[in-house]
Amino acid sequence: MFRISQAPLEPIALQRALTDDRAGACATFEGWVRNRNEGQPVLSLEYEAYLPLAEKEGARILDEARGKFALLGAVCVHRVGHLRLGETAIWVGVTAEHRGPAFEACRYIIDEAKARLPIWKKEHYAGGTTAWINCATRGEHAGGVSATPPKSG
Amino acid sequence: MTRALHVQYFAILREQRGLSEEKLTTGAATPLALYEELRARHGFTLPGDRIRAAVNDEFVAADALLREGDRLVFIPPVAGG
Repeated sequence: MFRISQAPLEPIALQRALTDDRAGACATFEGWVRNRNEGQPVLSLEYEAYLPLAEKEGARILDEARGKFALLGAVCVHRVGHLRLGETAIWVGVTAEHRGPAFEACRYIIDEAKARLPIWKKEHYAGGTTAWINCATRGEHAGGVSATPPKSG
Repeated sequence: MTRALHVQYFAILREQRGLSEEKLTTGAATPLALYEELRARHGFTLPGDRIRAAVNDEFVAADALLREGDRLVFIPPVAGG
């Protein structure tokens, strides 16, 4: 199950929904809003999604994970809106009989989600400047972020 | 030949265009050609090779043929997670 959420994510409830007597392993990943990126203090993050395509692409990523790994359950929820420091931006949870496929599938889903979902992130910095991550143009100063795509999340 | 399209903008493109969506008529035959046309008109900072496109809520190639009535979305570099 993949979905986009306007409301804050609730990891405990999300994990409870994966409960399965056949599962011997549950691997989860939470992406949090942190206070620095590329050396700059970050105050908050704004996420925006192209909903219909993000939902389709998210469902495809989960299908792929089920095809590649021996999973029992797979869930991914991505938050949109204006998030404060420490809030959860993305939650991934998978269950399997054994830990190997659970770890691998969890990693696969978060990596593909970051690379493929049509979702964008704007950082708000101390001093009031902002920048859309990965959207700086070479040789150009975009809100203080260098032309190198920042590693984030 | 021209075609009437519905174009939707997100993130940096929405801000640089100053609106989320618009209807327009264009002689551009592909998403990339239309992006370059709009980039010249509105001063989008991202070069065409960093933009992906979706038509009717599916990813398409930058050189896909646009058809009358298509709903086109330009997708700047993504940054989910």
